Amino acid sequence: MVMKKRLNTLLFLIAAFWFVGCHSSSTSEQQAASTETPSASASKANPLDDKGIGPVQSVQLGPIQSELAKKGEVIFNEKCTACHRIESRYIGPALKGVTKRQAPEWIMNMILNPDVMIQQDPIAKQLVNESNGAVMANLHLSEDDARALLEYLRSIDDSSSSR
Amino acid sequence: MHMKPIIFSRPTTQVIPLLPGIIAMAGLLLASCQARRSSEAGAINAQEAAQRVYVAPGKYDEFYAFMSGGYSGQVSVYGLPSGRLFKIIPVFSQNPENGYGYSEETKPLLMTSYGFIPWDDAHHPELSQTNGVPDGRWLFINANNTPRVARIDLKTFETVETIEIPNSAGNHSSPFVTENTEYVVAGTRFSVPTPQQDVPIDSYKKNFKGVLSFIKVEPSGDMDLAFQVVMPGFDYDLAHAGKGKSKDWVFFTCYNSEEAHTLLEVNASQKDKDFVAAINWKKAEAYIQQGKYHQMPGTYYDNRFDTSTQTARSFVHQGVKVLIPAECPGLVYLIPAPKSPHGVDVDPSGNYIVANGKLNADLSVFSFDKMQQAIQQKQFDGEVNGIPVLKFDATLAGIVKSGGLGPLHTEFDDKGNAYTTFFISSEVVKWKLGTWQVEDRQPTFYSPGHLMIPGGDSRKPWGKYLVALNKITKDRYLPTGPELCQSAQLFDISGDKMKLLLDFPTVGEPHYAQAIPASILMPQSDKIYSLANNRNPYVTKTEKEARVVRNGRRIDVYMTEIRSHFVPDNIEGIHLGDTVYFHLTNLEQDWDAAHGFAVEGNRDNAELLLMPGQTKTLKWVPQRVGVFPFYCTDFCSALHQEMQGYIRVSAPAEQVALSWSTGKE
Repeated sequence: MVMKKRLNTLLFLIAAFWFVGCHSSSTSEQQAASTETPSASASKANPLDDKGIGPVQSVQLGPIQSELAKKGEVIFNEKCTACHRIESRYIGPALKGVTKRQAPEWIMNMILNPDVMIQQDPIAKQLVNESNGAVMANLHLSEDDARALLEYLRSIDDSSSSR
Repeated sequence: MHMKPIIFSRPTTQVIPLLPGIIAMAGLLLASCQARRSSEAGAINAQEAAQRVYVAPGKYDEFYAFMSGGYSGQVSVYGLPSGRLFKIIPVFSQNPENGYGYSEETKPLLMTSYGFIPWDDAHHPELSQTNGVPDGRWLFINANNTPRVARIDLKTFETVETIEIPNSAGNHSSPFVTENTEYVVAGTRFSVPTPQQDVPIDSYKKNFKGVLSFIKVEPSGDMDLAFQVVMPGFDYDLAHAGKGKSKDWVFFTCYNSEEAHTLLEVNASQKDKDFVAAINWKKAEAYIQQGKYHQMPGTYYDNRFDTSTQTARSFVHQGVKVLIPAECPGLVYLIPAPKSPHGVDVDPSGNYIVANGKLNADLSVFSFDKMQQAIQQKQFDGEVNGIPVLKFDATLAGIVKSGGLGPLHTEFDDKGNAYTTFFISSEVVKWKLGTWQVEDRQPTFYSPGHLMIPGGDSRKPWGKYLVALNKITKDRYLPTGPELCQSAQLFDISGDKMKLLLDFPTVGEPHYAQAIPASILMPQSDKIYSLANNRNPYVTKTEKEARVVRNGRRIDVYMTEIRSHFVPDNIEGIHLGDTVYFHLTNLEQDWDAAHGFAVEGNRDNAELLLMPGQTKTLKWVPQRVGVFPFYCTDFCSALHQEMQGYIRVSAPAEQVALSWSTGKE
């Protein structure tokens, strides 16, 4: 009887390993699509260290470029206001202060690669949760557009902090 | 107490090793059952067949297949070899599923000289070709009832043009393309008084004519009715253009050369031979250029969908150029073909023209070279209405002694073989071009009409699969009451013998079908409509522009949709007697981020389904006073159920100002 039980346990374990093995191989296939792994847990690490997941690896910031910020404002009004306000929460979070809360790379990756961000980035996941499951829509903006939006958001935070 | 675990454990330990055994035994039993059934069905080993058609989850099929919807008026898109249905493309019938023919933008596509027609009978899909090879630009399909030809854009899989054919009736020998899609042909199955007039039906022989139309296809795809050829009052059944050496010609089969107008079942089967009409379209072009045409009256609609405005417009035309064969030597020849030929199919070389004599057991195959020789040597056997009839023997290349009954259609592979359906004997017969010998035959279930090999009517067949499109289904699937689905059957034709792989049901009655490698269509398939390029006059590109405008009794609502809200979502100041046009714009720019729109009590209209970046308009005439909800019909996001709004309808005397809003701002 004991032998049989052991045999059964063994069979179960083999089956379980087989299942896990197959399952993990398929998840690794899925993950192969994204080149980067999620950054460290949001709760402990400095959120400014989280660059997000997406095409933007690093952004060099200088003084605010007002022309670029103006271009960003136009894009913001056309593309983002369906869900975002500067001063207040709407469908998504208020964007005032976002450049102080998040790294510039994170902001641009959130604009350019929201589908992956809301699945894998801990901060983005948390924000979707806070927005009652409203997802960040991928509007397929260009990297230049995302950079201009970043500059617009910087210009808001810059003027509000200097006041 | 000691017994209990033993009692419980014993059955447990026994059952576990037993279970796989039972499953295995059941599996074997099942497999043997299936094997027996499928060997009856002429299939290969069921497991092998299953492997050939199995497309793993997340993997793609090798071919797109476009099946005509027959009396559904639509086209259905299937994957091969899996037989999975991907999409219904609405063409000649309204489609409440996505609002085709209900949205104001698409209603013009169903306009005809008779008015708005919500249905038709779609028979023959035909892919556009370049150098005789399907190129994946467009798919054409004919409307048989109210004669029309439609063009579907294969970047969007949407109908972008419908053109009406005047002086025609029962547009059946249509819409087959010439080698570089210079023309789409549209021959009438039913001869009618031409031009239409009030005459006794028994004046058929005097007054009825059969008109064959040539529709010019511009490089943009736009269609124009170029000219018509006025033929004797026969029934023009099917057609195919030549290719290669025969590329300047189009071949039409005809039956009812008896010119009967009643009980055709008997009266149109009197003569031993009818005809294949060979028309030289290059000559026709030359005659038109020389001005040898007549202007015939005829009103017809050409409805074009402008992809930048996402809106169809109707253009009404009057009159058409017609050629009379007796006045145009060399334009038309008649080749006698036995027994009411149905399909006429040209082999990949362009030399052999197969006439499928449907009341016959044999197939007559004509040679283009011999036909040219017979024309040069004037080997004529009289004439009909001034059209020379070529001598049968002078044009015949060979006869396929099939042993089958009721040949209907033939397609070709890339190895010199032809495949013919036999309706009465319910089989597909494979035979060799040149030797005319039968190589193989397989039963189908039941009574095939058309058959299809990817590229099988072109210069370059992809001869791996064959689909038999059966007319009778009977016991092939679980019964669904008296009305049954239609059945397609997939054969592997890569080897010497055809092997039945799969049955799958089809939508409506598929007549013809065409297929093309996925590698041609997939890369060019659009994923979204660009919002930036949206030039619909009622587009709302940002929520700030959303508004409601009153103009007399007409209300225009400029409304946006994005996950997961409408702007505006509260509308007041509408009164009974107003007509409301909801102009919805989907602001999304992400693949598969669709939204819908439906409003309660919408008499005469359905819903809208909007792809990313699209604008569509739904007309709504309020019927009652009250507050009516509207909502998104396509589950778009986690907050889809929240995507809703209200429109308030007041009595005419009430003083309610027009207002609109979303949120508390």
